[in-house]
Amino acid sequence: MAFYDWLLALHVLSAITVIASLTALWILIIATRPAGQAITPESAMTYGRVGGPLVGIGMVGTVLLGIWLAIDAEGYQLWDGWILASLILWAVAGWAGGQAGRAFQKDPVAGRQTGIRFQALTSLAVFVILVLMIWKPGA
Amino acid sequence: MNVLAAVRENDVNLPLTLHVLGAGLLVGTLLAVATAIVLGWKRDGDAVALTRLGLKTLLLGVFPAYVLMRVGAQWTEAAEDLPDDFEPAWLGIGYITADAGAILILISMILSGLGLRKLGSGGGLGLGRAVGVISLLLLAAYVVAVWAMSGKPD
Repeated sequence: MAFYDWLLALHVLSAITVIASLTALWILIIATRPAGQAITPESAMTYGRVGGPLVGIGMVGTVLLGIWLAIDAEGYQLWDGWILASLILWAVAGWAGGQAGRAFQKDPVAGRQTGIRFQALTSLAVFVILVLMIWKPGA
Repeated sequence: MNVLAAVRENDVNLPLTLHVLGAGLLVGTLLAVATAIVLGWKRDGDAVALTRLGLKTLLLGVFPAYVLMRVGAQWTEAAEDLPDDFEPAWLGIGYITADAGAILILISMILSGLGLRKLGSGGGLGLGRAVGVISLLLLAAYVVAVWAMSGKPD
């Protein structure tokens, strides 16, 4: 495998880590809904400490390797519209993800709705980034 | 193949998006199953509830995600219109992990159904742990598959 292929493989693995850990956190949100709490708050916190950091690791890996790829690949530039849009959405997703984590950790009951809203914003931004990465509009 | 990917037709974009999204959801639901069951393994007080969460997630989440990933994969391959003799290693790894994974997911679903029934009468933790171990194996296999499908080794 060439160096570019390794970068691409690790970039995609990071992206899958983000999608997967967000999915796992959505399952936690469903499992802790007030109407039918499936697990104790202590277990929920421990579970969240697995999924939350994984989102962060995936996000950092995705952007660092993505920027490296854009610099390394001859066909793409960092200032291509779809790459710039992805970077902006990445920042939005990172900010919203941090806000969601803080809301859930500060008060899992009172902060639940706020946390869900930020988690939804993170997920939406990540989904749009995925679409941009595959469709590459303007490339 | 990266050259092919760079110049691929727009027809491939939608199925590829569904394939990648399905793969992410599949890994995510398996991660949720493994996390819940392994946590339950370590927490006597909440073992039944965490195992139940893991088994329900496997039954309700893993299979639909697998179908999305697999249908997306087949659709992508059809849209790529690859030559009949095009059989690179990465595609083989994808097929092997997908097809072997389907068997393991089917086994896990049967174990989950039995486990959920037994959890109500005080048993089922052993079945839950078996599902947790299979989920961890599937997670490892799919990490290799994602690496192979995106890095495309010869």
